[in-house]
Amino acid sequence: MARMATTRRVAVSTIAAWLCGFLIFFPILWMVLASFKTELEAFAVPPSFLFFHWTTENYATVQERSDYFHHALNSIIIAGGSTLIALLIAIPAAWSMAFSPTKRTKDILLWMLSTKMMPPVGVLVPIYLIFKTVGLLDSRIGLVFILCLGNLPIVIWMLFTYFKEIPRDILEAARMDGATVGRELVYVLTPMAIPGLASTLLLNLILAWNEAFWTLNLSTSNAAPLTVFIASYSSPEGLFWAKLSAASTLAIAPILVLGWFSQKQLVRGLTFGAVK
Amino acid sequence: MKNVLGAVCGASCLLLAVPAMAETTLTIATVNNGDMIRMQGLTSDFTAKNPDISVKWVTLEENVLRQRVTTDIATKGGQFDVLTIGTYEVPIWAKKGWLVPLANLGADYDVADLLPKIRDAVSVDGKLFAAPFYGESSMVMYRTDLFEKAGLKMPESPTWDFVIDAAKKLTDKSAGIYGICLRGKAGWGENMAFLSAMANSYGARWFDEKWEPQFNTPEWKKTLATYVDLMKQAGPPGASSNGFNENLALFNAGKCAMWIDATVAASFVTNPKDSKVADKVGFALAPNTGLGKNANWLWAWNLAIPAGSKKTEAAEKFIAWATSKDYTKLVASKDGWANVPPGTRTSLYQNPEYVKVAPFAKLTLASIDAADPNKPTVKPVPYVGVQYAAIPEFQGIGTQVGQQFSAALAGSTTVDAALSAAQSSTEREMKRAGYIK
Repeated sequence: MARMATTRRVAVSTIAAWLCGFLIFFPILWMVLASFKTELEAFAVPPSFLFFHWTTENYATVQERSDYFHHALNSIIIAGGSTLIALLIAIPAAWSMAFSPTKRTKDILLWMLSTKMMPPVGVLVPIYLIFKTVGLLDSRIGLVFILCLGNLPIVIWMLFTYFKEIPRDILEAARMDGATVGRELVYVLTPMAIPGLASTLLLNLILAWNEAFWTLNLSTSNAAPLTVFIASYSSPEGLFWAKLSAASTLAIAPILVLGWFSQKQLVRGLTFGAVK
Repeated sequence: MKNVLGAVCGASCLLLAVPAMAETTLTIATVNNGDMIRMQGLTSDFTAKNPDISVKWVTLEENVLRQRVTTDIATKGGQFDVLTIGTYEVPIWAKKGWLVPLANLGADYDVADLLPKIRDAVSVDGKLFAAPFYGESSMVMYRTDLFEKAGLKMPESPTWDFVIDAAKKLTDKSAGIYGICLRGKAGWGENMAFLSAMANSYGARWFDEKWEPQFNTPEWKKTLATYVDLMKQAGPPGASSNGFNENLALFNAGKCAMWIDATVAASFVTNPKDSKVADKVGFALAPNTGLGKNANWLWAWNLAIPAGSKKTEAAEKFIAWATSKDYTKLVASKDGWANVPPGTRTSLYQNPEYVKVAPFAKLTLASIDAADPNKPTVKPVPYVGVQYAAIPEFQGIGTQVGQQFSAALAGSTTVDAALSAAQSSTEREMKRAGYIK
């Protein structure tokens, strides 16, 4: 009897989980389907789910009109570059805050987070003028720099919570064995925090990949990543849903694949930290 | 080894130097509209004629582009050499010294051929600050088959009474056919474009001669009450979220008996590839109430050079190419006369080949001629613009008022409450900006 109840409970929760998963995934599925419709079918009311005239015309048009690979390469460089630099700065910062805290550590952490509370548009003009003066407008270096700065507070916070979970005794044992700070960081702390590091890296990569405010405002053509590529397919006068869906599908494809393959690390890392 | 290194360095320097000497690269910002995309596709014709100039395109959605370009031009960022801007921005930006006057478009450009109303809209103190790429007004597009079935005949210049009566008669909600589709989505360029034009035909105005907002007048009340009532009885469900694209889709799917919107839609609704009703569409002037003004607007997308550009000579060459008579012929030779950018040149409407393939040509020209940005409504106004007032504050004010009117259409507020909220928010903004005390 008890076993039957358990089986039923498992079945119900499995169905509920699948249903939730499907609901969350549905907008993406709808976008992929719309990318294979004609413009008229994409706008049709009531919409057709699977029985429509399938076409790859939108992908051909998108590829013909814009250089996908140029934008994708920029996205890889900007998202990858900003993530790596952010990690290089954040690991020592989070280490010092987690293992040698001072009176002001908490205040510094809060102050860093407070920079995320201001809407970016509030500093658009000053940043634009600085970029113009130092010649960083429409450059990949400029975008790497600004996205790195923008995501740094989150990266430090995430790593800080992971590092705090690691027992200090292990580090002390390493010190007793004569490990220097650098060796302690590289050989003891980093390997233990790998799930946390991996999920921070992935989350930051996704945030940087999807960042659409600074990338749209500080780039024109040379450094324009995939967010600019998507934005060029929206129109106030004319039907564009199918082409926009094709452009969006192409833009999210790399990060979707990466997320799919690394979901194990991502889930492990996200449940490893302070929030359990 | 040293020699090899020297040679490599020398060769690299040469490689870097050659294109820099020979080529000027223009960065052109534009919107994602059909005619602009076609221009992008034809760039090779321009670069073939000007081998020392290459072109880079930045295509963005209208609102994103407006914000992006405004930031760049206000900070003199110099990221763009040619901008695509509307008739709303041209006078404001020209007066601020943000645009370069177009004085060297070439001997064969024929400025006199530009439609006078459009030319006025892009000129300040008699100087041309932008060249119109395509122009539009608004008109009634209607289903000839449904009108015939109901025994109705659309006049060339209908009154609002006729349109309202016909919309109610043609509505068959059980068959999914709505008498009229109009814009309802909030925004100064969305529902307010239509409603400002409609208000003009009812004798209403945005501001009086002393810049006092006029939403507390009977003319505005009549406009908004008529609009909300008409849409409730004969409009599609969820109309408060419909803009140009949503109505285009509804009309193309055969759900609207009438649609009053941009003349540029005429080529979309008559294109059998996109429209189910392509061969059943008729056109008429936007409605009036007998006060001498039709409910139609005037808009043009134009090419202009920002003051921060260092390549004005090449930019002017490009603008002359894209807005010339030859460009029209080039499009006609590649994609047919029906696809040439409309509404900018008188000669196009005298071209028998164009008139033959564009059944909407005569009405488009008549609609553009009927709109007057300097005298948009019955009573005098202190501003320029038919469906907008060309002052920098209008974008914010227009969108706020648009949200109130959209809420009235959705039924979440009453017509009176929406008008009173519009009046107080506009008064507040106008006081803050120093127009009134």
